[in-house]
Amino acid sequence: MTEKFEPKIVAFFCNWCTYTAADLAGVSRLKYAPNVRVIRVMCSGRVDPQFVLEAFARGADGVLLGGCHPGDCHYAEGNYKTLRRMRMLERMLRGMGIHDGRFRLEWISGAEGDKVRTVVNDMTEKVRALGPLDLPGKFKEWDKEMEELETQVNSGPAKGEAVHAR
Amino acid sequence: MSDNKQKKDALPRVGFYVCHCGTNIAGTIDVAEVQKYVSGLPGVAVSRDYKYMCSDPGQELIARDIKEHKLERLVVAACSPNLHEETFRKAAAKGGLNPFYFQMVNIREHASWVHTDKKAATEKAKDLARAAVARVQHHRSLDKKRVPVDPNVLVVGGGIAGIHAALTLANAGKKVTLVEREATIGGHMALFDKTFPTLDCAACILTPKMSAVKSHPNITLWTYSEVEKVEGYVGNYKVTVKRKPRFVKEDLCVGCMECIDACVFKEAKFRDKFNQGLGKRKPVYIDFPQATPKVVLVDPETCIQLKTGKCKKSCAAACDRNAFDFDQKEELKELQVGAIVLATGFKTYDAGRDPNYGYGRYPGVFTALEIERLVNASGPTSGEVVLRDGRRPKAVGIIHCVGSRDEKSNKWCSRVCCMYSLKLAHLIKEHSGAEVYNFYIDMRAPGKAYEEFYDKLLGEGVHFIRGRVSEVSDWAMTPDEEGKLVLRVEDTLAGFVRRVPVDMVVLSTGLEPQTDAQEVRRRFNIGCGTEGFFQERHPKLAPVNTFTDGIYIAGACQAPRDIPDTVAQAGAAAAEALSLIDAGFVELEPNTSHVLEEECCGCKSCVPLCPYSAITFDETKKKAVINEVLCKGCGVCAAACPSGSIVQNLFDDEEIFSEIKGVLSK
Repeated sequence: MTEKFEPKIVAFFCNWCTYTAADLAGVSRLKYAPNVRVIRVMCSGRVDPQFVLEAFARGADGVLLGGCHPGDCHYAEGNYKTLRRMRMLERMLRGMGIHDGRFRLEWISGAEGDKVRTVVNDMTEKVRALGPLDLPGKFKEWDKEMEELETQVNSGPAKGEAVHAR
Repeated sequence: MSDNKQKKDALPRVGFYVCHCGTNIAGTIDVAEVQKYVSGLPGVAVSRDYKYMCSDPGQELIARDIKEHKLERLVVAACSPNLHEETFRKAAAKGGLNPFYFQMVNIREHASWVHTDKKAATEKAKDLARAAVARVQHHRSLDKKRVPVDPNVLVVGGGIAGIHAALTLANAGKKVTLVEREATIGGHMALFDKTFPTLDCAACILTPKMSAVKSHPNITLWTYSEVEKVEGYVGNYKVTVKRKPRFVKEDLCVGCMECIDACVFKEAKFRDKFNQGLGKRKPVYIDFPQATPKVVLVDPETCIQLKTGKCKKSCAAACDRNAFDFDQKEELKELQVGAIVLATGFKTYDAGRDPNYGYGRYPGVFTALEIERLVNASGPTSGEVVLRDGRRPKAVGIIHCVGSRDEKSNKWCSRVCCMYSLKLAHLIKEHSGAEVYNFYIDMRAPGKAYEEFYDKLLGEGVHFIRGRVSEVSDWAMTPDEEGKLVLRVEDTLAGFVRRVPVDMVVLSTGLEPQTDAQEVRRRFNIGCGTEGFFQERHPKLAPVNTFTDGIYIAGACQAPRDIPDTVAQAGAAAAEALSLIDAGFVELEPNTSHVLEEECCGCKSCVPLCPYSAITFDETKKKAVINEVLCKGCGVCAAACPSGSIVQNLFDDEEIFSEIKGVLSK
């Protein structure tokens, strides 16, 4: 591999804290890794675990979820619901072989522009070290295997039956 | 799920615009390349780049294109939606397009300003643009909901900021409730003797405003009260206020203070908080002669009747209006207001946190606030500057920047200390004739007539030594240091270490957020900066607004500031509240959720999730119902609905899934 692997990270940032913090990082001209693509939601509680799974399935190497600190949610308690859901999702992801560090939940307040920088940089480095996840590629491989199996099954019944008959 | 249900040829016609923002974006991102790339995406009918999209010609361009090219969707890649989303929604509307057929791409704050690698930043911009183009095709036509605004206002904090905001609003004919935690309004300004740089008497300019608050027909003044709970939303807040018992009926007491004389304690012997502990008071007391409201109160910690129930109650007997009520209980009151101005002020740095300055250890060390009371004619010494043992100081050292500009405590400059130190230097010299030394790091006098005031002090013979004092000690090295406090300082202009013996040390303590600033901002659902002061919506363009609409901030709760700036900000906060109220209504973001009735399976998962109790369950239909007036649009329910039958406007599943697919598909 000659080209350095650049991880693709999808981020879901809540409008009131983490998205604002990322704006602040911009206004403060902090510099960080260009690997994250931010999707804005009103509250981290809007993030359906399916969004995270979809992102991985579509080829993300990491997913970052940013919300307000506990107790600071603009909608009183949305981030607690996020926490509950994501703890469960983390377990599921582990079961699916998606390592720790590929999915990350961070509390970043609107004043913490610098935390956006450190979290993005840190996550980019860690995911880079883990290497590509490439679920779409794996799906293709699995599809191919399935196809091969299918053709084997479809083309072989005569032989199989013969064996069975004997 | 995220696949477009519509046929390729039926895709809505998208107009895409990428902004140069001068060189802010174009300096890092190849906008021409982004423009060219997006022009090839499915559905894109027009793709342009332009110097300043937010300018009038930029908006005109959009409006014209919508008409000429029959655009059905709009995507603008520029700055943060927090800045210009509204601008481009209006441009869309001007072109005859529903404003919610628009999606903004943030390639300035989230890309060009934070990345240095031009190629990578351009790729990121392309990814984000592609996602927005995919997403916007799922947008639906929406309308903003109008809700009426309650014309009443709550002002929290009765310092000069709260007083000024309340008066401005009341003069405009609005009904204002002013809530103050202490027994009197006036705040820190009521503690001061003179104000810099004009040296006019603080009480003379403040007390008329205090009485104006008390007598204003449009102001309800609740002192000794605190806000307990805030519910509702912009224009419609329900506030619960706790009124603490004074044990004196406010409407009966006329402030004659006969009761104080009659108290069974012949001598005042309890710490007087108002006088910074330099004076004493009785269990029944009034903070200062011009306290507003001029009503006494009883301290339950020290009053014998309240502590033991066994006092002859000579105070109550002395009251010819029968104002005493030892059974008074805490009361909870509810208020309905449209806007809230928070002016909760600051606290001063605890000088005891710098042990090398000896505060609390050497009786000759004072805080600046204590000196304010000493030089005040209505203070504990009637304006005599004396040490705690009654001696007059012959030499006084004023140490600047205590708890300011210090890595170990607070990094910020407290802005007012240089100026108040100059004021105190002048007053101490005037009141006691002492030699006064100022120890400063940098002299900061940026204000109208401030530098001139500094010049005046230089002319008055006050000594200025540039350097941060390392320690205050009573260890004498020479006979003339005996019995003195010695300040050790590196004089950075002369280039050597000085020892300066003085009798009195004044610590110019900095300004900090209130101890309970975090609890207060949570109660009002606003934010704090890292240093703990309330966070404004925009540091330059929305300095009195917060991220919660209808809640404004004024004065030193937002950052350290002096009286003129505080008053200006209070006026600004009042004006913001007025512009909200006088419009009569607010338009709410239509990002609320609703249930697709035919798809709802009636599992009730969503019902307990809503923090605003906006979701109910229709038992006859066995379906969940969302009250869109109560819904604030967080989307927590939409994320939890197992059947996908809750739709959050602007953040619909289809929209987000297409955005996810969009950023990743290349």
